[in-house]
Amino acid sequence: MNVKVVVRGKVRGAVLCAQKPVNFLGGIDKKTGRVRDEKHDLFGKFIGNKILVFPNGIGSSVGAYTIYSLKYNQSAPLAIVCLKADITTASGCAISNIPLVVAEKKDYESLKDGQEILVDAIEGKIL
Amino acid sequence: MELTREEESTLDGKHGETLALAYRILVAIGEATDADKLVPVEWAHLSGVNYNTIGDAGEEFLSRLSKDAKFKIKTTVNPMGFDSDSVSKFHLDEEFVAKQQSIKKSYVKMGAIPSFSCIPYEIFELPKNGTQVSFAESNAAIYANSVSALKTNKESAFSALASALTGKSPYSDLREEENRKPNLTIRMKTEPADELTYGLLGYFAGKQAGSSVAISGTKGLDRRSCKSLCAGMGTSGSCGMFTLGEEEGEKMDFDYKEMARVKDELNTSESGDIITLGSPQLGLEEISDLVAKLKGRSFRKQCMIFCPRAIQGQIRNLGYDKELARAGGEILYDCCTCLTPLVDKENIDAVVTNSVKGAYYLKASNDVDVSLKSLHQIIEEETK
Repeated sequence: MNVKVVVRGKVRGAVLCAQKPVNFLGGIDKKTGRVRDEKHDLFGKFIGNKILVFPNGIGSSVGAYTIYSLKYNQSAPLAIVCLKADITTASGCAISNIPLVVAEKKDYESLKDGQEILVDAIEGKIL
Repeated sequence: MELTREEESTLDGKHGETLALAYRILVAIGEATDADKLVPVEWAHLSGVNYNTIGDAGEEFLSRLSKDAKFKIKTTVNPMGFDSDSVSKFHLDEEFVAKQQSIKKSYVKMGAIPSFSCIPYEIFELPKNGTQVSFAESNAAIYANSVSALKTNKESAFSALASALTGKSPYSDLREEENRKPNLTIRMKTEPADELTYGLLGYFAGKQAGSSVAISGTKGLDRRSCKSLCAGMGTSGSCGMFTLGEEEGEKMDFDYKEMARVKDELNTSESGDIITLGSPQLGLEEISDLVAKLKGRSFRKQCMIFCPRAIQGQIRNLGYDKELARAGGEILYDCCTCLTPLVDKENIDAVVTNSVKGAYYLKASNDVDVSLKSLHQIIEEETK
């Protein structure tokens, strides 16, 4: 599928899909990458070393630092695929060199948990 | 996004790694929001000051950055983790205090005004209507767009930082007049029209709305309620602006059922061990009102009152500090309910607050329960 590139890079990994938007600050533990928001559908899961798929980021502007901290603590996602790239996620990924792409709705919905994909955020493709 | 030749060469590193990094952030946001160019902004307000939120990664990053970076425009900063004047009373570990001081030093070294406030719109003189600014801190961005007649996107800590370093931001979303018109109206059908109801309404609206939302049926929307509305809205979603009155397009009711649903989500306790007032921080007007409400009364338990340092002089001149101390209230400057390490789950099980934003982060980040009460209820039930 073709995707829009927001932050460049190329990486292969397993998909982890979130149904709900993510508030990185408070929602994700910045050291371990564990989802700590009890009301989130990924509660208890770890987002590190996965291709994280979620609709968009919400909430605090400091969430960008959470993304940077995840990278620093080696608990960051390998890449992020979203439906709408918000400013917090885009800037957090830009500073942390985490590839970020935006997918069309029908492509986005075809991504399944555990699926191995290659995110080519240079050519703008997911294979 | 089109860059000028000068911007292009800065992105390529001609003017150093710091500015190249700032432009990389601007380009990513530009791509994310479909901007076609960068525009000048006059004022950046930064979040990412509290060591509790940015951690070692943030502290080290800012320390490195401050070696050669200088802010290009007026730059103000969000609250930090504690009030230096009273921090010794709170038994924070030394490392926290040292790392927080390092963060403060880095921002000041780069040229930030040490405001440590989440209400820049209330304590600084505002530029003329329509001026482009770059406000991280979600309540401040929403307030700036909706009340202060300024233009900003709901910036992130890094996007506002990139604006501070370059004086620019991508021209997109709420910076463009045509995107500011809401296509969803939320009809307020609830009473009482106090700050708690507005906070809950904001939290509901933030979940439903895109970039901008209309709110109809409001009454008694004073500054306190307005700040509460902005803070609630900024917490739950990506919405960066509201207008008042009905607009064309979709309509949605905020009725008692919806209000109860939001309150159930955030209110996790019947009572609390301490009270916190201020998220957003209280301005002089709210302090003056609080002093009047506390005449002849005193708090039954510890009450922390969070304010910007900018109003400390006026608070003292007017004798409000003595009045609040008499009533058992403790004023804390430079910090805020949200994400303060001063509320620690080791010593505190639950907090009483009128802040919907505070409630969300107290639970999500500090892991303490919250009893949501309006200021009116707090005065009735938590003072004698």
